[in-house]
Amino acid sequence: MEKYVQIENVQMVFDTRKGPFVALRDINLNIAQGEFISLIGHSGCGKSTLLNLVAGLTLPSGGAMLCAQREIAGPGPDRAVVFQNHSLLPWLTCFDNVYLAVERVFGGSESRAVMKKRTQDALALVGLSHAEHKHPHEISGGMKQRVGIARALSMQPKVLLLDEPFGALDALTRAHLQDELMKIAADTKSTVIMVTHDVDEAVLLSDRIVMMTNGPAAVIGEILEVNLPRPRARLELANDSKYHQYRSAVLDFLYRRQLRPAA
Amino acid sequence: MNKILKILLPSVLGLLLFVGLWALVSQTSPQLPGPIKTWDSAVQLFSDPFYRKGPNDQGIGWNILASLQRVGIGFGMAAAIGIPLGFMIGRFDFLNRMTAPIISLLRPVSPLAWLPIGLLVFKAANPAAIWVIFISSIWPMIINTAAGVGRIPQDYMNVAKVLNLSEWKIFTKILFPAVLPHMITGIRLSIGVAWLVIVAAEMLTGGVGIGFWVWDEWNNLNVEHIIIAIFVVGIVGLLLEQMLVLLAKRFSYE
Repeated sequence: MEKYVQIENVQMVFDTRKGPFVALRDINLNIAQGEFISLIGHSGCGKSTLLNLVAGLTLPSGGAMLCAQREIAGPGPDRAVVFQNHSLLPWLTCFDNVYLAVERVFGGSESRAVMKKRTQDALALVGLSHAEHKHPHEISGGMKQRVGIARALSMQPKVLLLDEPFGALDALTRAHLQDELMKIAADTKSTVIMVTHDVDEAVLLSDRIVMMTNGPAAVIGEILEVNLPRPRARLELANDSKYHQYRSAVLDFLYRRQLRPAA
Repeated sequence: MNKILKILLPSVLGLLLFVGLWALVSQTSPQLPGPIKTWDSAVQLFSDPFYRKGPNDQGIGWNILASLQRVGIGFGMAAAIGIPLGFMIGRFDFLNRMTAPIISLLRPVSPLAWLPIGLLVFKAANPAAIWVIFISSIWPMIINTAAGVGRIPQDYMNVAKVLNLSEWKIFTKILFPAVLPHMITGIRLSIGVAWLVIVAAEMLTGGVGIGFWVWDEWNNLNVEHIIIAIFVVGIVGLLLEQMLVLLAKRFSYE
């Protein structure tokens, strides 16, 4: 298998006041180009920690991490992150929020007009051309999240990292954005790693679902390959027996084998 | 119409009550001039605010302007030094810990305690008064700007990290706009302090200025003018405050 993102024997130890806290250990994962991976597990299992490691926001305590044959030594625009709470800068318009990212990546090589076009294209991709001059506080939560996705995509990243991107949205908006993300990922052939706690979301979107055991010292418990043909349609899958098998496999892992002790 | 009345009615009522109480008190104490007497005196005073009859007898307008000028210079210098310093203290922890003891020590000092130092160093009353404004209005700006930098949501800094922005871009696109509301709060507090202090400082230094004017009228036993001065100081302070509230509204993002 082609290894676009390589995670080898990674472990993460945090220094806390009570001594070292092992969050992750023995993480091995190879991701192919164009693959859609979900990380799922109970709260506190370290799935966001793993995503932050790939993003380069934190560096691993042990092991090696490579993206496109290069070591991950810090954050970089080749690995764009969509945060759970959109993280748009409130004093910039939607256009300027995206343009900030475009300018960072292409500022050295492209003219203003080309970068402007890139920004508009990214906003068009998420269906927000009409809102480019609005400020974040003037648009809905779903729209903010879409601007966040546009910002990430505009950088033409090698890997798109999504940290529970739809967790804060209502169910209808979430479904809508999942469909859009699926379409965008297919159109742009993006490599995606998404943290989620939503079983349906994971099965619907992923090529593989990485299920993590409970922390501390979480490991990858199981990796489930989702062999559903693309494009996938939410409504048709509702009656698909394979879809339900995958779904129960994940549920089984989460609620029988990794049932969290009552908090 | 009805709505405006509802909003204005309590304030108008409050003011009327205040004037009524004042009139009542002035009835019982003959030295305190009542509202009507003060009003007549104010009309006369403001009919010619910009006259000059020698250095110690100038119109109320000149006195107000002289005070505003001192506040402007002292406050302006405090802002020019305090705001950048606040940014640096907020951004670099080492500098924060280095300056923390000095700031905690000097901040509670009564503004007028700085006046003798100013007189000693500058050997003149006017720069000494400006110095007092400077030193007493710099603290809120340093502290609020630094606190604002410290309180920037981690999300914004994560954006900066993920995009790998340069320090300059971080400053212009994230740090500065995020801190601006805190900075304006600091400026508001500073202007307030500066305007409070100038009256007291001018009473001691003399020359031209609303504070000196109050002291001068006290020596002339012109109590109406002292009361007018209190209102003038209050109204000018209120206007300065409102200006900055408007400015703050312009730069709030929510």
